[in-house]
Amino acid sequence: MRYLPLLWAGLFRKKARTILTLLSIVIAFLLFGLLQAVQVAFESGADAADAKRLLTTARYSIIEPLPMSYLRRIEQVPGVVGVAYADWFGAKYQNESNTFPVFAVDPERYLDMYPEFTISREQREAFARTRTGAVAGRRLADRFGWHVGQKLPISSEIHPKTDGSLDWEFDLVGIIDAEDPAVRGNTDMVLINVAYFDEARQIGKGKTGWYIVRVADSTQARSISAAIDALFANSPDETKTQPEKEFAIGFAKQIGDIGALVTRILIAVFFTILILTGNTMAQSIRERIPELAILKTLGYSDGKVTALVLAEAMLMLALGGAIGMGAAVASMPALNASTGGRFPPLFVGLETWLLAAALAAIVALVIGLPPALRANRLKIVDALAGH
Amino acid sequence: MRTLRQVLAITAMNLRNLPQRVGTSLVVVVGIAGVVGVLVSVLAMSEGFRHTLASTGRSDRVIMLRAGSDAELSSGIDRNQATLLASLPGVARDVTGRPLASAELVVMVDLPRKGESNPNNVPFRGVQRAAFDIRDEARLVEGRRFAPGVREVMVGRKAADQFAGLSVGSRIAFRDSDWTVVGIFESGGDVHESEIWADAEVAMSAFRRTGYQSVTARLADGSDAGLAAFRDAIARDPRFSINVLREPEYYAKQASVLSGLINVLGYTVAAFMAVGATFGALNCMYSAIASRQVEIGTLRAIGFGGAPVVVSVVIEALLLALAGGVVGGALAYVYCDGASLSTLNFNTFSQVAFDFRVTPALLVRGLVWALVIGAVGGLPPAIRAARIPVTEALRTL
Repeated sequence: MRYLPLLWAGLFRKKARTILTLLSIVIAFLLFGLLQAVQVAFESGADAADAKRLLTTARYSIIEPLPMSYLRRIEQVPGVVGVAYADWFGAKYQNESNTFPVFAVDPERYLDMYPEFTISREQREAFARTRTGAVAGRRLADRFGWHVGQKLPISSEIHPKTDGSLDWEFDLVGIIDAEDPAVRGNTDMVLINVAYFDEARQIGKGKTGWYIVRVADSTQARSISAAIDALFANSPDETKTQPEKEFAIGFAKQIGDIGALVTRILIAVFFTILILTGNTMAQSIRERIPELAILKTLGYSDGKVTALVLAEAMLMLALGGAIGMGAAVASMPALNASTGGRFPPLFVGLETWLLAAALAAIVALVIGLPPALRANRLKIVDALAGH
Repeated sequence: MRTLRQVLAITAMNLRNLPQRVGTSLVVVVGIAGVVGVLVSVLAMSEGFRHTLASTGRSDRVIMLRAGSDAELSSGIDRNQATLLASLPGVARDVTGRPLASAELVVMVDLPRKGESNPNNVPFRGVQRAAFDIRDEARLVEGRRFAPGVREVMVGRKAADQFAGLSVGSRIAFRDSDWTVVGIFESGGDVHESEIWADAEVAMSAFRRTGYQSVTARLADGSDAGLAAFRDAIARDPRFSINVLREPEYYAKQASVLSGLINVLGYTVAAFMAVGATFGALNCMYSAIASRQVEIGTLRAIGFGGAPVVVSVVIEALLLALAGGVVGGALAYVYCDGASLSTLNFNTFSQVAFDFRVTPALLVRGLVWALVIGAVGGLPPAIRAARIPVTEALRTL
């Protein structure tokens, strides 16, 4: 610690240069924080998954419906402690398709299945009671300025009512939210009461999109999945049951390898930074060779001088990295507000911080080592004679 | 005139001693190459996706969907309606007098990408015989067409490249039915190349559907007036509740969400990187002029003006930036152009395969970014160089 003033003086020997270099490092870590958050957001579906939840979909394609009569049969499978179901409404709001998902659900069963969603008791009861009731995610409600008690006019692209009209209207009776930012993205939806939906729709009556199954023991997830699928094997509507996490990973993979894309961009960013900073660092040490020689003359050991040079690189990366990551974190609320639920919520988690720290250490080593070694080998006489 | 000669003289001198400053100069080149490389390759992805959808369809063809549906997947048209729509007078007819209209159904089938195991929503399209006359851009490149009434499929070139088990002769199992791949087709790199095609009747029975999702037809009169008349005929007929869209209009709409998202990503990342690279360029040019202080002082002392010094430093920065831009663009071209990938299109909930497209326009955009970075990074050091008093510059000797 007592060397800090010395390091600081060395670092800010040429203020303009160090500040410019520092700013490029800040930018690199700001990008790192943001891109990493995007990647985490895409993969958060899998992280937020509950190991005790299974998803049963039609075997050949997730868009095929399943009979609602499967509910009782799945409930009777040993090890199953709860079953909910949901159907895809195909929402069109303000003449735009799929701005948000709308699921037709049994209110009690569905909200029991997802205890991580928060909703007040009164609103939950109102949802269960109101046939035309609907609840919406907090972020969606904020984005569109909805408030509890209003009518929610939503069209369906898929389901006409019995009178042939595609325009539906629901009563917004509650708001759902979640504490965990990784889960909050899953509340970007509107839930409607299936009792009303199934009665009022023209086609697909008595069918639902998929089942969500809660098991008592997550280690039995596989055998219970197999047991459920065996129930409906060779029926017209065969099923595929898998742990929620597997489903979420599979779905994220459908979009493509976001992780690989982000990694490639970050490699380009950090390679560039490495060159920029490495060059400045080398230049700065070159200019200070006589000073380093004087330090050695004063009795600093080779090792200590080497450590000083390395520490200077570390200090620069630590400073730049911390400011950059800090800026990334600070920009999240504004970013999340501006995407308004079109994108899962962005956040910087512990893992991202650790990764950033490791990255900073590696970059510091790579750019600090060559000049540090040079300082180590420095002969006092030569160094002083050269100038 | 004299100023120009001075500029040329100083610039030539600067460039001649560039080799002595290879290290710092390379920093500018590499930094800017990084920015341009990332910008061009991410935009090439968005461009490729947009191009795939934009090149789908012809303006004399229309797609008919149930009113209120924006995509085939959510649409539904029953058999009677499909027959009636095809026989409307606005629909073109072939030489034998049959309408050039194909009622189609689209279902999603699960197929893994090559070398992977998790399923992807690959669109499976049941088409009527007229489909091939309507979409004359679809050509077989391998094998043959499926035979009517048989569980045979032909596969788009891009689907065959991306997904496992789609070579000619292989069998694929979907929903209690086995299908044989009998052919591979190309259609100018459009969306249909990501699809699997089969006979509509066979597909309908195998997937237990009772109706179609869309009718695609060629109009007898493809002009705006022709389309308006056709729309009018449908709107006036109480049996129909149908939305008619020109094909290009329909497909362009489907590109909106995803290409917007990729563009935002590309520009955001590149903008941040550009700021970083500008700092790098500033740094480099400052140290370049610092090491040349004496030369600059000497030049000023023997009568060179301040302006030529400024201009020549900026020219040097611009040349380095240009080199960086060229390297970045070339890297993007070599590594990305033509590389193909597939992703889930949010608008249609189905996989679409496309190629990265590094277009000349994108390369030019990359170079413009490079030059802007070079100018912003070169100007302040240039001005400083010209401002140093001659005596002070020479004193450092």
